[in-house]
Amino acid sequence: MAEVTYSWPENHKARLIGKRISRLDGMEKSTGTAKYTYDINLPKQLIVRALGCPHAHCRVISVDASAAERVAGVVLVHMIKAPGPGDDPVEIRADGTLLVAVAAETEAAAAEGVSKLKVKYELLESFVDDHDLQAAEAKKRTKKAGGGIELDEALGEPGDDDDEEEWEEQKVQELFAQSKYVVEGNYGIDTITHCCLEPHGSTLHWEGDRLKVNLSTQNVSRTDDGYADALKISADEVDVHCEYIGGGFGSKFKPDYWGITAAEIAKKTGRPIKFLLTRDQELKIGGNRPSGFIDVKLGADENGVVQVWDSHHWGTSGFNGSTVSVGNFPYVFRPKNWRRRATGIITDNEPSVAWRAPNHPQACAITQTAYDDLAAKMQADSLDIFLRNLENIDSPEKSLVYAEQLRIAADLIDWRKHWHLHGKGNRRGSVVEGLGIGIHKWGGTANSSNCLLKIHPDGGVESYCGTQDLGTGTRTICAMVLAETLGLPIDAVKVNIGSSTYPFSGASGGSTTVGAVSESHRRAAQEVLAQIFDLVAGKLEVPADKLEASNGSISVVGYSDKSMSWKQACSLIGIQPLEVTSIYKRGDDSPLSSSNVAGCQMARVAVDTDTGVVKIIKMVAVQDMGLVMNRKTAESQIYGALIMSIAAALFEQRINDPKTGAFINSELDNYRLPRLGDTGELVVHFHEPESERARGVIGLGEPPAISGGAAIANAVCNATGVRVPTLPLTPKRVLDALRTAKG
Amino acid sequence: MKNFEYAQPTTESEAVALLTEPKKETAILAGGTDLVGLMKRMVVTADRVVNICEIKSLQQIERDDSGSVWIGAAVCLDEFLDDKNTDEFPSAKQVIQGISSIQLQSQGTLVGELMRRPNCWYFREGHGLLADSGRMVNEGDNRYHAILGNRGPARFVNASRLAPSLITLGAQVRIIGPGKDEEQILDLASLYRTPAADSELENVLQPGQLVTHVIIPAHGDRLSAAYEVRHGEGPDQPLAAAAVSMDVVSGKVQNASIVLGQVAPEPWIASAAARSLCGKVVNEETAAIAGIEALAGAMPLSQNEYKIQLAQVAVKRAVLKAAGYDTGGLDSPMLNEPSASPSLETHIA
Repeated sequence: MAEVTYSWPENHKARLIGKRISRLDGMEKSTGTAKYTYDINLPKQLIVRALGCPHAHCRVISVDASAAERVAGVVLVHMIKAPGPGDDPVEIRADGTLLVAVAAETEAAAAEGVSKLKVKYELLESFVDDHDLQAAEAKKRTKKAGGGIELDEALGEPGDDDDEEEWEEQKVQELFAQSKYVVEGNYGIDTITHCCLEPHGSTLHWEGDRLKVNLSTQNVSRTDDGYADALKISADEVDVHCEYIGGGFGSKFKPDYWGITAAEIAKKTGRPIKFLLTRDQELKIGGNRPSGFIDVKLGADENGVVQVWDSHHWGTSGFNGSTVSVGNFPYVFRPKNWRRRATGIITDNEPSVAWRAPNHPQACAITQTAYDDLAAKMQADSLDIFLRNLENIDSPEKSLVYAEQLRIAADLIDWRKHWHLHGKGNRRGSVVEGLGIGIHKWGGTANSSNCLLKIHPDGGVESYCGTQDLGTGTRTICAMVLAETLGLPIDAVKVNIGSSTYPFSGASGGSTTVGAVSESHRRAAQEVLAQIFDLVAGKLEVPADKLEASNGSISVVGYSDKSMSWKQACSLIGIQPLEVTSIYKRGDDSPLSSSNVAGCQMARVAVDTDTGVVKIIKMVAVQDMGLVMNRKTAESQIYGALIMSIAAALFEQRINDPKTGAFINSELDNYRLPRLGDTGELVVHFHEPESERARGVIGLGEPPAISGGAAIANAVCNATGVRVPTLPLTPKRVLDALRTAKG
Repeated sequence: MKNFEYAQPTTESEAVALLTEPKKETAILAGGTDLVGLMKRMVVTADRVVNICEIKSLQQIERDDSGSVWIGAAVCLDEFLDDKNTDEFPSAKQVIQGISSIQLQSQGTLVGELMRRPNCWYFREGHGLLADSGRMVNEGDNRYHAILGNRGPARFVNASRLAPSLITLGAQVRIIGPGKDEEQILDLASLYRTPAADSELENVLQPGQLVTHVIIPAHGDRLSAAYEVRHGEGPDQPLAAAAVSMDVVSGKVQNASIVLGQVAPEPWIASAAARSLCGKVVNEETAAIAGIEALAGAMPLSQNEYKIQLAQVAVKRAVLKAAGYDTGGLDSPMLNEPSASPSLETHIA
């Protein structure tokens, strides 16, 4: 068999790739026959509910479980993060931390059991204010979180006798003194939660020493080691399954401590266990994204090109006291001279975890707002300022891509027609309108992925891959790639994913999955096809390289009469199925996938200056992603990202009680999210010149969820002429900013 | 949620009997859109839940001989919207349309909406209606709390979105129980109260009592409208709201009624604001004055001063809307007119 050269079909030959293909499991999901972890019930299972700590900062002194144990149906009370008899008190640093689990025959008995637990707490002073850096410093709640400086080589080097910091400070001040325009601003974005529709959790049982877990996870292939480490067993004794997941967004990579608790209770009771978080627990401990606040000073030349950037930002990632990564400041833009510093604030909150495009949305929202304020100060067109500053970005090779994308987005939002200088638009009643921009970047390298492909002698095709479908259409992509490669209809292939017993495939995080499964499935299918071509070539007495697979048959190129049906071809395999396992390792050079995308988003908003209410009129997203695999699901991915951006820009925020530290809006009646009527018109445009297609597959999950916040914030500023500094831009914040501006 | 008995009476008297059994905490279930969430959070821990939706006498919208419209406690919001008998109450319909959640409209009942428990996060976290005599609210986050009627310990705002409009329409409620044949008709406004002690609720119902009907008198040509300032579309609690009903004779207002929502522990009757309109022609100025009058006694808490402006705007816009004028806000039809933005040079490469 000749060595297989991996490649994608040419555009005009592709039947499925790049087309609009509906999700294969769409009907199951729509009708409820798809079984999510939450839907799975095992015979004789116990339901677990847990007591979440009601205090943000305390010591748990003791737990009296006697009343809980007496509740009819309660089988076991299990300490999670609470002291047993004679144990030392346990310090708790976040509202909602799970203290004690109650396993019972019914959910009601478990909940009643939890309500009967008597816990003694020693309250400790809590601190949750992440906005006020000085207050945090006064309470010794800060940590250095990195920083750095880079100055243009032309400025020279400090002399041997110079104090380096003093010299740098002098140079920075000189740069500001030389700047035609100087903008100083303060911006921020609050902590939000992942708010997964399906809360974190599992249904699991032991079969002897083997742990079988149905887990709501983004990491089917590699949560077994988390269980194994915690339970002192080996990873090969853990099977993890997840056919469907109701949202993860970066928060579902591990078993989590409540998952370990479930396994421990299952072991103790000898019963299957179902343990999923309640809604408030999901918001409190299921995952959150760190906040970011920044003091910025920038200096620009007469053309509005930023020459010097000086910033200090802070925020909280919970009690571990980190903040948004300093490496991305200012976001995408990279002036020749910059100095940046970050401070983490230690608050009594659950530590943050990865949230769709970790660090990027916050960095974008609190730095590209400063670039827009430069436009406002110059009384210039924001689009012009963004375009001019493309000469200094962190990936200079992308500047023409951004310029083209901005041009396309401007056309789609009708920038020319709707643009006015900041605060200078027409007023209709109390309503003003405005336009805003954000630009973003992402890597999107394909993750590692292996695929076992089986071709049966009767023509049946089935694949096995330990990946997972987050709802984004991974299962469909797998089927498309196989069917496209083998020349079969999409329903002729059976795709099996969602089990750790299948060949390894990487976690779905960082926009890595479509690339991963495209790699592994295309490789496996091309390998299989080469072997079948060899068999058919022998039979038809033609060279194998003259064969092609299409329309359910293998035929000689240019001789359609010389062909064999797929089924006939497969009968040549013999009596055993033909099996191929492909292996793709992240980072391997490949013609099938690559990385690094650019994108821009524009928002057009209306602001009611009497009520502070912001309404999205229209949002435009222009995005490149290399080779578009499934046009329909890719589009959905971007629509969803735009809606998430609107959520974070206008609605979502974790609200901590300033006195007790409690996360007081942890239920959906007060954790505000946009409704359908709040999204306005959403326009998605794929930026896909032939050069993009040639790059192969690049992940799309994160990038469109990045720059919408900046675009909306800038549009509100353009509408009102007033910067509302902190996202979400709630009516209260908009009115406060308008009132402050009036003086 | 703890275990509970479930009862499904088919007559009013059965319902009262089920609700009055000694030593049993009971809860009334209609649409369940509020109750079930509160039970799941163990804020309500009833021993018995009584579903009233199978009681035939509560399932109708009917007009009596006097022209009043009776709406049974099992009638859903969308049934109210669709019924011709309710066409003369536009303000109530506007509010239901503003809820804009098909699930809430088709599952939630009109009476259930009137009885919705406060959305105060301290209450819903299990700290009680008064949350330590108001201390938690005062020291905590009170951005959505009361700016009026908050001088006692209660700081929450009444959760009903429909109550302001129904009160301006002169609605009453029929209440039965706790005695076997006890029945009374009460003004809707009198159903609500501001609790002064932990033992009190935000309404005057006694254990074993049940609101069976809302009765709205014939409204004739009287104008009415409601305006809610909402952060976003749909089912979330508005930030401030107002409803107005008024007669306009020879271009001048007579007999106005203005009630505010989301600003006080009970629907807030703004009598002075209503009086300020009487004898006046409705215009931007008189509507704005009504708004200012309505909030004259406001006492904001540490974080909710902005609600004063929102409530003023709500009153102003409700008055303008009732009189058929454009409100000038985001829902104004003016927004859909072609833009006359100044044409400026752009710098697109």
